Amino acid sequence: MSQNKITGTVYVVGDNVDTDQIIPAKHLVYDTHSPEERKLYGKYAMSGVPEDKSGLPKGGVKFVKEGEFESEFPIIVGGKNFGCGSSREHAPLALQIAGVKAVIAQTYARIFYRNSVDGGFLKPLESVENIFKSFSTGDKVEIELDANKITNKTTGKTFELRPLGDAADIINAGGLFAYARKIGMIKPKAEANV
Amino acid sequence: MGMTITEKILASHSGKDKVVPGENVWIDVDVLMTHDVTGPGTISIFRKEFGADAKIWDRNKVVVIPDHYIFTEDQHAKRNVVFLRDFVKDQQIENFYDVGTPDYKGVCHVALPEEGYTRPGEVLFGTDSHTCTAGAFGEFATGIGNTDAAFILGTGKLWVKVPQTMRFVFNGKLPDYLMAKDLILRIIGDIGVDGASYAAMEFAGEAVHSLNIEERMTLCNMVIEAGGKNGVIAPDEETERYVKARSNKPYKPVQNDSDAKFASELKYDASKIVPLVAKPHSPENVEAAEKLSDVKVDRVYIGSCTGGKLVDFQAAAKILNGRKTAVDTFIVPATTDVEKGLEKEKIGGKTLLQIFKEAGCRIGHASCGACLGGPEDTFGRINGEEICVSTTNRNFPGRMGSKKGQVYLASPLTAAATALTGKITDPRKYLA
Repeated sequence: MSQNKITGTVYVVGDNVDTDQIIPAKHLVYDTHSPEERKLYGKYAMSGVPEDKSGLPKGGVKFVKEGEFESEFPIIVGGKNFGCGSSREHAPLALQIAGVKAVIAQTYARIFYRNSVDGGFLKPLESVENIFKSFSTGDKVEIELDANKITNKTTGKTFELRPLGDAADIINAGGLFAYARKIGMIKPKAEANV
Repeated sequence: MGMTITEKILASHSGKDKVVPGENVWIDVDVLMTHDVTGPGTISIFRKEFGADAKIWDRNKVVVIPDHYIFTEDQHAKRNVVFLRDFVKDQQIENFYDVGTPDYKGVCHVALPEEGYTRPGEVLFGTDSHTCTAGAFGEFATGIGNTDAAFILGTGKLWVKVPQTMRFVFNGKLPDYLMAKDLILRIIGDIGVDGASYAAMEFAGEAVHSLNIEERMTLCNMVIEAGGKNGVIAPDEETERYVKARSNKPYKPVQNDSDAKFASELKYDASKIVPLVAKPHSPENVEAAEKLSDVKVDRVYIGSCTGGKLVDFQAAAKILNGRKTAVDTFIVPATTDVEKGLEKEKIGGKTLLQIFKEAGCRIGHASCGACLGGPEDTFGRINGEEICVSTTNRNFPGRMGSKKGQVYLASPLTAAATALTGKITDPRKYLA
């Protein structure tokens, strides 16, 4: 990985943020490969989170501002079981389109984690402790991937992240297809199809 | 050390004699299912990665079942089905259940077994989290995203981490006021919505094996609500009877080795469980129905892959027969077969459909309907602040439409009893 640090302001949510909160089901109709429609997934990312839990601790903070397609928050910190619920790959995709580079949660629901990794959408990082209460939406944070650390620059506190483990090979390759090509399982992509 | 059913299936499909939990293996896929919400994205990725002219690995192993956004005027949603049609034609896929034709089925997880695509010992992947439903047939079945599905379309393979197996045993006889929904809600209430993360959940015991296949599907359907990777029930005579009537493809049933290792075992006495409800906004928020008798509701919804099978409507009709509903009650059969069953199955000389109509219910057509909200014109969708008792599987904020709505999950018996009073009602009141 050339990029070792991810920095930016953080958007904070709690435990059990499900895929209906990340991208509500009525929006699952836009063509993911049409540049115009694709942007709508960014516009509605995290729009299903209840008002009082939108941007903790205060709530009431829109993840994507009215009329915008990208979020001002490239990093999301959540608690346990992030991304539970449906298998919709639109969830990590919507976060990626909204400009999210990394999510930090103590644990992930299996399919969301897998989709994030295999689709190469974003880095699903795991914190050793449940840390969402140590962050306020808008705090400046820095993630050091090699050191497995996240620092809240606003408060000066640092927290430990788990190593990527088995998933590292696929994440570092850029997703399942890139990984399978790297290990010679599928043929290199024809130039014409890029 | 022996292997569990899940481990054995993953071993046989990865060409290994033995696998252990935590190991990553590439497995061969027997069936891949996709639908109208996740299919188009899957197809786009397939074409992008393997080429516009690429052929899928095996057209006989791919099943396409549009079911989510069917009875809607939403143009984007309609376009999804057109997208599926083009692909199916292009790839000569015959296992396609097109909207607006006599082949149309409805909810994929119920349609798959009805059409003979679920068999013991096999591997089924689907681009829907409730694909785990098919574990009821003693197979490995789990939900995946579009990228993974596109990879399978091109290669017929996917990597999986072998899960450890958690075992849940229900001993004793199941009383007539309980259904599989009560059993799975009991488990989720006990272990939480992430209590089985990454694990296989095996259901066993006398009460489980006394259930018919449709009820077993309800158990396995909701393992994802505990974070589980797959659910599984050892195949028995009931499984064989159901499968053999619908599929002539040979299969190899798999049982646990006598020295198989389980990560945990939780035992219940089925006769001691009471009718349960999961309160908003989480399936783990479980409480006895009788303790919620002062909760007023605006509507009742009976439908979906987990609560819209024939067995579910038989149960609801038993309570609604000869009585009138006090609140809006929506009946949404999972599939067209179930829809036909409503006109055929009788209680005391009346068809289920007659019973529901006389009770004042509103009847919808086979599809996922309002279980996941869907487009705003979806039948039964929560568009305001309604409080709903539903036989579906999720009650996250906004799951059935509006974020302001509240969903209580319950068995069809409890849902029907609630429809009669307008308050959450223990079905024992009407079964005495």
